[in-house]
Amino acid sequence: MPKLLQLQHIRKTFPGVVALDDVSFSIAEGEIHTLLGENGAGKSTLMNVLTGFYAPDSGSLLLDGQPVRFSSPRDSLALGIGMVHQHFMLVAAHSVLENILVALQGVPLFFPRRQLRSRIEQTIAEFGIELELDTPVWQLSIGAQQWIELIKLLMRDCRLLILDEPTAVLTPQEADKLFQVLQRLKQQGKSIIFISHKMREVMEISDRVTILKKGSSVTTLEAGEFNQNKLATLMIGGDRIPEWQKSLPFSDELVLEIENLAVRNDRGLADLDNFNLQLKKGEILGIAGIAGNGQKALAEALTGLTKVESGRVLANGEDITRSCARSSYIAGIAHIPEDRKAIGIAPDLSLDENLILKNFRAKRFRHGVFQSRSAIRNNAIEKVDQFAIKAGPQGSPVRLLSGGNIQKVIIARELSEQPTVLVALYPTRGLDIGSAEYVHKVIAEGAGNGMSTILISEDLDELYKICDRIAVIFRGRLIGYADPTSSSREEIGLMMSGEVSA
Amino acid sequence: MSLAFRVEKRDQGSALFRSLTIIASVLVALFVAGFLLLAAGVNPATAYLEILREALGSTYGISETLVKATPLIITGLAVSVAFRMQIWNIGAEGQIYMGACGATGVALFSGLDAPLMLPAMFAAAFFAGGLWASVAGLLRARWQVNEVIVTLLMNYIAILLADYLIYGPWKNPDGYNFPLTAQFVDAARLTEYFNTRLHSGFFIALFCALAVYLLMERTIWGYQIKAIGSNPAAARYAGMKTGLAIFLVLALSGAIAGIAGFSEVAGLQHRLQHGLSPGYGYTAIIIAWLARRSALGVIIVSLLMGILLVGGDSLQLSWQLPVAFAYAFQGLILFFLLAGDFFINFRLRWVKEDADA
Ligand SMILES: Nc1ncnc2c1ncn2[C@@H]1O[C@H](COP(=O)(O)OP(=O)(O)OP(=O)(O)O)[C@@H](O)[C@H]1O
Ligand SMILES: [Mg+2]
Repeated sequence: MPKLLQLQHIRKTFPGVVALDDVSFSIAEGEIHTLLGENGAGKSTLMNVLTGFYAPDSGSLLLDGQPVRFSSPRDSLALGIGMVHQHFMLVAAHSVLENILVALQGVPLFFPRRQLRSRIEQTIAEFGIELELDTPVWQLSIGAQQWIELIKLLMRDCRLLILDEPTAVLTPQEADKLFQVLQRLKQQGKSIIFISHKMREVMEISDRVTILKKGSSVTTLEAGEFNQNKLATLMIGGDRIPEWQKSLPFSDELVLEIENLAVRNDRGLADLDNFNLQLKKGEILGIAGIAGNGQKALAEALTGLTKVESGRVLANGEDITRSCARSSYIAGIAHIPEDRKAIGIAPDLSLDENLILKNFRAKRFRHGVFQSRSAIRNNAIEKVDQFAIKAGPQGSPVRLLSGGNIQKVIIARELSEQPTVLVALYPTRGLDIGSAEYVHKVIAEGAGNGMSTILISEDLDELYKICDRIAVIFRGRLIGYADPTSSSREEIGLMMSGEVSA
Repeated sequence: MSLAFRVEKRDQGSALFRSLTIIASVLVALFVAGFLLLAAGVNPATAYLEILREALGSTYGISETLVKATPLIITGLAVSVAFRMQIWNIGAEGQIYMGACGATGVALFSGLDAPLMLPAMFAAAFFAGGLWASVAGLLRARWQVNEVIVTLLMNYIAILLADYLIYGPWKNPDGYNFPLTAQFVDAARLTEYFNTRLHSGFFIALFCALAVYLLMERTIWGYQIKAIGSNPAAARYAGMKTGLAIFLVLALSGAIAGIAGFSEVAGLQHRLQHGLSPGYGYTAIIIAWLARRSALGVIIVSLLMGILLVGGDSLQLSWQLPVAFAYAFQGLILFFLLAGDFFINFRLRWVKEDADA
């Protein structure tokens, strides 16, 4: 197949960091090419070099065999290379249509809006995407927002589409939909670069896989040459995957009881409706459900971030329904939020400072009102080591870390004060397999020490592997509990779609 | 084919690069201003030497530079504290006036004696400035009213209030009807040094810089200010009370600006009078912006501004250049400093491109 784009010995450094050392590979026309690599391996940086967001220090790009140099994403877009970023940004107050129009500005000059609208609708229909053009963006889930980004690229008729961890924010159903769209694009002769940490997806969709390790391309394999194990071994290289064991059976003592909880969302619809749940000491309770069925509201109600309409939350018998984030009961609840960038980190502060965001008042981090710099530094050293966080130079803003490493910072922080209850929304989303295993290990060990976990996830594999019980949520109600040792995937799947109750 | 240039975003430059850019900006500004001087029939080289000699070439010059820099440092710090939380205090000017009013009220009417008088004036200025700004703080924290507008509009009120006092109830009875208060007694005056106008206000300014540095970089309060400035939603989620913090930071910012008012009346003017501040509170915004986040930066930029103010005055005197010239000159320097700031973040690259591309 003719080569669309070739990368040769690309190198890119940032002050104090070698993000890309030596990367070479090529993308053929009409292929789906997956990039695989650990958190911080340089995948996003490479894509940013490819689209002209960063200029490489050395190395060259050949498009159709001709050397090219992009000085901004606009240049690469003009030549048909488009990207959906790992952390995209839309104008929240504007409608879907307006957001798309902004991106299309100047494409067909002075194109009448009505005609554009029908073209957009056509594209949406052609790919079978479900999206209402007049909805304001803030009302949409992150997954739906990602579709907008994709539609922008489809409208521009790109030859090469780059998708940086698109499935991290999609439900499994949405991910399937995305794969259908990608296959269709491939049939039209378009090339796709796909990034994901989920091996199953990689196996399913890739024509070729290039493995990136510590900023260098290791190898490129054709479909048929690889399986999950081989990819994992190549990607991890010498690093070890942490091992852990499921904790002992938990006690019968109740740490958290949710009684008839009702929560309404910004749109005034019920997110949770007459929801009941019981969490026992040392238990890992999975919440299975298709995203958008009240999981986020549940987490936010528990952590005092959302107003509860009616019902009660009891922690050790104490009513905490109306406490705020600062209260001592809630302080014992750690929360790994869904929208990491929005509420998980203070992007301009350093890694050290972000690791103490929640417990900066703790005695060990201060002398009176003065912060103890050495204690804060040591805490960071410890966490970086424990969670294998790939940190930049000391003191540099945490927003410069890779997506997965930011995620690890949040998890490390939330788990540092030995919480009694952990509420984790999709905690391993965007983590490489080693890191995901480590997070499971920490949760399992925590459970051994009496920490109770509510693990909200769509990944049934994950739930099966680590949970003691699985509660299924559908349209804001608890459908029932399932036992991972005896219930089948099909049963849980049916419960998730609200069809049967256990 | 044609030759064109493109703007490219560049990686954050090193500290050295930043400093060099600032120096280069000043040089370019001097170069451009040189043409203005030439047009006015003045040799630019002589004029610049004159500025430097005036501002730095004698004890008197240096003292005057420091005198001008004093209120700029204090108000620059005031504004920068709020900037760190992404709160825009445009009202330092008014807060200077309120601080000055507070200090003057104590000086004229308290009847206190030497050891107590100055601390009482200081406290009054601090609270007056703080209270004034806290109005904006309350509106912003409680009802999300934009602090830029409130602080800005309150400047006019503060200046008129000061005018009312000096034209009305506080007017010096023996002052031949000039809009001035009576002169302060000795106990209400800051010490002066070297037979110049340099007064302890300058050291208060340095002390403020140290205090602000410690507050911002070392304390848990500074930590919260920075965290909220970086991401209010994350800070709230982590249990910080962002509303209260906004209120307190605006109040603190105003209180610091109030100190500048104290320093001006107790150290320099020894009375409250019309036109107390020729816009220090506005210059402070630019100073805080150029200095970015550092208290040391505020001192350095303020000293630079001090040199410009003193040297610019001398141009007027030596060559009878119009006042407007001094302003144009300062404007140019600012313009190029801001432009230089752009080049810290972006670079221009010449590219050949096809006409139809
Ligand atoms: N603008 C930047 N300034 C400094 N360092 C950066 C910058 N962008 C990326 N890095 C560093 O480069 C390295 C590679 O980051 P990159 O985001 O490419 O990783 P990634 O492979 O996409 O990881 P993930 O799977 O976690 O998304 C990381 O160590 C990161 O901290
Ligand atoms: Mg990435």
